Amino acid sequence: MTAETPVDMDIVLSSRARLARNVTDLPFVHRMTDEQRRRTMTQVTHALDSAAAHAEPLEWVDLESTSALDRRVLYERHLISRPHADATGPRGVAVAEDASLSVMVNEEDHVRMHAIAPGRSVASCFTRIRQLDEAMEPFVDWAWHQTWGYQSACPTNAGTGVRFSAMLHLPALRLTRELDKVRQAAKDLHLAVRGYYGEGSESSGSFFQVSNQITLGRSEEELLDTFVNSIVPGVVEYERAARAALLKQDRTTIADRVLRDLAILRSAQLVKADEAMRRLSMIRLGVCIDLIPDVELGTVNGLFREIQAGHLQQAAGTTLSQNEARAARATLLRQRLGGG
Amino acid sequence: MKCDQCNRPAVVHQVIISNGTHREIHLCEIHATEAGVPNPGKQPINKLMAKIKQPIATSVMPKCPSCGTTLTHIRKSSLFGCPDCYDAFAQATRLLVESVQAGAHQHVGRNPKNIDATTTIRYESRRLVEELDRAVRAEQYERAAKIKAKLAELADPRPTEDEGDAS
Repeated sequence: MTAETPVDMDIVLSSRARLARNVTDLPFVHRMTDEQRRRTMTQVTHALDSAAAHAEPLEWVDLESTSALDRRVLYERHLISRPHADATGPRGVAVAEDASLSVMVNEEDHVRMHAIAPGRSVASCFTRIRQLDEAMEPFVDWAWHQTWGYQSACPTNAGTGVRFSAMLHLPALRLTRELDKVRQAAKDLHLAVRGYYGEGSESSGSFFQVSNQITLGRSEEELLDTFVNSIVPGVVEYERAARAALLKQDRTTIADRVLRDLAILRSAQLVKADEAMRRLSMIRLGVCIDLIPDVELGTVNGLFREIQAGHLQQAAGTTLSQNEARAARATLLRQRLGGG
Repeated sequence: MKCDQCNRPAVVHQVIISNGTHREIHLCEIHATEAGVPNPGKQPINKLMAKIKQPIATSVMPKCPSCGTTLTHIRKSSLFGCPDCYDAFAQATRLLVESVQAGAHQHVGRNPKNIDATTTIRYESRRLVEELDRAVRAEQYERAAKIKAKLAELADPRPTEDEGDAS
């Protein structure tokens, strides 16, 4: 397996790895009765409990009895998908204490294990979910086929069921209008390019989630090697070169842009979510190219999550109207970014 | 045959059997319309198609024996109904999977530890053959040689030193 430490934090916001698994002798989730879904949850939670001795302990959240707000917060933290948050019926998620690992039960597949970590760290994410997969294996029989490998509801996940992804921050490539080249290169390598919240989401704040589309015909190690050593380092270098070129060509213009966005968020009283994402994206660029020395990168990274409606309402401890949410968002941004 | 009520050719023919009496009616298009008798040749095409389609849909369309999912449903939703659908629609599965997996049609990754040893060896051989093919196409001959050695070892496993020393 490729050795890897979290690097390229200026461009790679986070990395993820996931495995799709299904329990044998049961229909896939979309064909299941509620009784069958409950049976799957029992089998999977038993396997998770039994695996706890060899893997990390996880806390079970029954999503059927969880409030819409708590489900939204889980979604905003990338611990569950939007369809899993919005669905009805027996389903749940097991979450690690530090929220860096989650196991969705009864989403599109019976089980989807995810590990997430900051920076370029896909290999370490994969190590964690593989350990969990191996620890669960003696306690549950996964649907497996000699030709098609681990069987999934969707043929796009057949074989290994593994998906690697990296959330890339590419504001300079967006400013220099070179993103189409990245998209084409990704397509040529059978990689999908999505937005901040994955499938169906837009590239909010110049964030792009790149992931492998092929899961069959290559081993997990080969897929990981291609992902870790081909597209991601290439795009990172490409973005870095675009940032250097922007600074070299017109430092004043780019400085004006990022400092203006910082000034606005340091004083605004009402801020919409998409405006916050857009301006924070430029501030993040400013921090990474040393144009904003008094804001920490970790503060900006955290704000992308904290400014989401669910997190604001959770912090407020009450439901917020649209205007109240905008005011709460503006207050949070002023506090975190050192505004008045 | 002519219409019972005029000299025009009859287009509607009905046989009525009532109280043991057999009676035939032959009418032209005009007199059939006047009598309120439907002319099969004038029925809307969608009604005819519906009549033709219905028996095919219920009697011919194959279903997965385990979950009842049809191929039409799989094509529409891009989702299999259960693990057995993969074999129930073997030919379609191959086409569908190949189309979304860049032509791949054989799993070469990890396999569960709880499958038996013979299956594992057969599976590992197939995986290595695929890997060998890729190595040769990429002109990575050193890697190809190592894969060939692994294949030979699988085909003819030699006893290890430990086994030889066992008393």
